[in-house]
Amino acid sequence: MSIVMGGIVTGLPHPLLCPEDNPGWAELRRGFDAFRDELAAAKPDLLVVYSTMWPSVIGHLIQADPNPEWVHVDELFHDLGSIPYRFSIDAAFAHRWRDIAIERGLHARTVAYRGFPIDTGSITALKLLNPDNQIPSVICSSNVYSDRAETVVLGKSLRAAIEDTGKRAAVIVVMSLSNRLFTDFIDPADDRIHSDKDEEWNQKLLQFLSEGRLEDTAQLSREIQRQIRVHKVVNFKPLWWLSAAMGQHNRYAGKVHAYAPIIGTGAAVVRLTPSESGGGDKEYDEDDVEVFHGDRDVLTT
Amino acid sequence: MSKGTIVAGALAPHPPHLVYAENPPQNEPVAECGWETLRWGYERMRADLDALDYDALVVFSPHWQTYIGTHFLGVPHFKNRSVDPIFPNLFRYDYELDVDVELAEAICEAAQNDGLVTKMMRNPDFRVDYGTIVSCHMVRPKWDKPIVAISSCRSHAYYSTEVMQEQAIALGRATARAIEASGKRVVLLASNSLSHRHFVTESELPEDMSKEHITNHNQYLWDMRILKMIREGRTQELIDIQPEFISQAITETDSGSFTWMLAAMGAPPIPGEVYAYGTVIGTGNAVVGWYPQGRSK
Repeated sequence: MSIVMGGIVTGLPHPLLCPEDNPGWAELRRGFDAFRDELAAAKPDLLVVYSTMWPSVIGHLIQADPNPEWVHVDELFHDLGSIPYRFSIDAAFAHRWRDIAIERGLHARTVAYRGFPIDTGSITALKLLNPDNQIPSVICSSNVYSDRAETVVLGKSLRAAIEDTGKRAAVIVVMSLSNRLFTDFIDPADDRIHSDKDEEWNQKLLQFLSEGRLEDTAQLSREIQRQIRVHKVVNFKPLWWLSAAMGQHNRYAGKVHAYAPIIGTGAAVVRLTPSESGGGDKEYDEDDVEVFHGDRDVLTT
Repeated sequence: MSKGTIVAGALAPHPPHLVYAENPPQNEPVAECGWETLRWGYERMRADLDALDYDALVVFSPHWQTYIGTHFLGVPHFKNRSVDPIFPNLFRYDYELDVDVELAEAICEAAQNDGLVTKMMRNPDFRVDYGTIVSCHMVRPKWDKPIVAISSCRSHAYYSTEVMQEQAIALGRATARAIEASGKRVVLLASNSLSHRHFVTESELPEDMSKEHITNHNQYLWDMRILKMIREGRTQELIDIQPEFISQAITETDSGSFTWMLAAMGAPPIPGEVYAYGTVIGTGNAVVGWYPQGRSK
């Protein structure tokens, strides 16, 4: 088995639907295109997407409809147009991943329902990175209540499923860096990162990622949540998942294909390839969890 | 043209479990039973609302999340399938509904004139959120009244509860003004639960009521406090207490829907009719009606 490539991509639809409206969005589109070409050259036989734009409450949901097909409209950017999609999902892998997640104490289930609303982020990523469905894919939700331990175990369960099935996989998280949108409509020409603070943090994250320091960046998740995330969920977790899936170290070759604002947020396309070199390993002070034991009910008397 | 009127405001929570347990022909999954207290409460509220002979439902849903301004459905007719992304095992619903676009545009314009950021949604492929569908189905399963659907701009998350309150109150006042100018008789729906901490697991049979209870006692106490205020007609106090309620009971009123509805009615000092209270996967839900003009037409 192997994970041949990892990555981080924005989930906002502008690089897909209207890249021509802003130079930064066009740059992001070129970044997606470059990443798409690298993926194709690596010839993975599985593309796994963890989307922060697919929230779940009851554990972790994994898309397992072999050919989900619909016309999607974003709930916020509906005026940018409709997005017809049809994807090729590796349902057998989805089921195997679910089983291993359950074995590790997680609540997980697959979904395969006609008309299930695949989120804008997953659609954007799959249409731009895998436009002809050459690589069978799987999509996973982001549980709104889960924190680090549960998310790390979810990432490890994916790694175990990839080992178990002998796949050559690429793993992608759909996320923004700073995620604060402008709360009024702006002219696309006026787009910029929402604040200098967001910009500085985004640059620091991109520096770490370009140096291959994925686990270091994951260890910063709680601080990232405090500094540059709108608190819509309990924590910032996609990098915990990605690092756990990819092996929890800093030995990667990182490439920032693109970085630009989308309506104030920090949008990026970043590729990570396992490498012998990298940023070295730091000392961390949080548990390295293998099995999730659930809520501890500390409030229960 | 006579002045338009808000004939009722309703707290109309949207757990998809309620539609699931009703087994309407539009919903694919089939249930044995479940959440009867809430469903029978909805049944009683439906009868009271039907007696009012209203023209349209105006619903504010937390599950249409638009971080840039408040959006309004602006297409006359929708026909599509709604699958709940959280509980797809329970809610796969084929809907067909009409929108009162004229009233939606009037509210949108009134809110914009008051300084709020607003937008009409004109894409015919848009899928209406399941919160709107569940609340409207439970209030009017015949779907023979046009609706106005309003999104939540989530300013609670982006700024603070206090900013959300100010925006929701302003939106409520604009809504009332637009309804008055429309000459229509309208029912408002606040599509939200009270306390909103879910269980993170689900029993094998979702409708197994032996597993259903509030997530924790703290939330129950808060829900009861709110219901006491509702029953005593302390409506302005209900608005004023939202920051504390939201902070302590993790409530779904953080979307602004409840404050919007109370503000649109002018926070009348009249008791709400509590038709039911019950829990759904640990969250606290109440079905409540307010009748500013009295019960009959």
